[in-house]
Amino acid sequence: MKVKELLAHGFEALALPDGEREIDGVYIGDLLSWVMGRAQMDNAWITIMTNVNVVAVASLADTSCVILAEGVAMTDELKDTAQAKDVNILGSSEPIYETAVRLAGLLA
Amino acid sequence: MSDSLVFHFDVDGDNFTSAGQASTQVKKNLRQLGLSPAIIRRVSIAMYEGEINMVIHANGGTADVVVTEEYIEIVLEDRGPGIQNVEQAMQEGFSTATDSIRSLGFGAGMGLPNMKRYTDSMSIDTVIGEGTTITMRVNLA
Repeated sequence: MKVKELLAHGFEALALPDGEREIDGVYIGDLLSWVMGRAQMDNAWITIMTNVNVVAVASLADTSCVILAEGVAMTDELKDTAQAKDVNILGSSEPIYETAVRLAGLLA
Repeated sequence: MSDSLVFHFDVDGDNFTSAGQASTQVKKNLRQLGLSPAIIRRVSIAMYEGEINMVIHANGGTADVVVTEEYIEIVLEDRGPGIQNVEQAMQEGFSTATDSIRSLGFGAGMGLPNMKRYTDSMSIDTVIGEGTTITMRVNLA
């Protein structure tokens, strides 16, 4: 499934510089080094972290997109950095678990 | 063996939010060299963890990356306080980072373990009160 296809399923595009990217699996976590150690390439990464280091981690760990769950607000700095570094960021108004369940259904 | 490529970076110790500039640049450079995404990912994560460590603990330092046909070598050098107990620092979950660092999502105690996880070899040369040099290699051949 492509990242941009999530927009038809309740996810909001906060920054979408590379919507054609394919999603392969999901990882959930807020501790950045934990994510870098455990997330796989092309995973959709669900988090509630919104500081700008999230973009660097997503870029270096090569995740397909970041999904900000729980409706957390995104800063302009995060949005601009994501666009500049080619990192997709989507928003979900649902809690983390429901967001993951929704993704599981879509990726099955 | 043909000529090796060398990239040198100064890691700014004061600027926490821009940490990762060196590793992001290395990622770009390696991509231009046509290396595989899996290799690039390993090198850039290992280097980013090192860069973050230098910002958190050592007020910055330098990073040198050497690319040969056989391997990529990353050398991170700082003039920080040194690592008191390397064995302890290598354990997952051990961290001396402050609460403010943790609130940014760092300080999980996974930095050095990740550097080891993603590289084929890693050595730590540290002297208390003088600094730390970490040398990592990712094999290409």
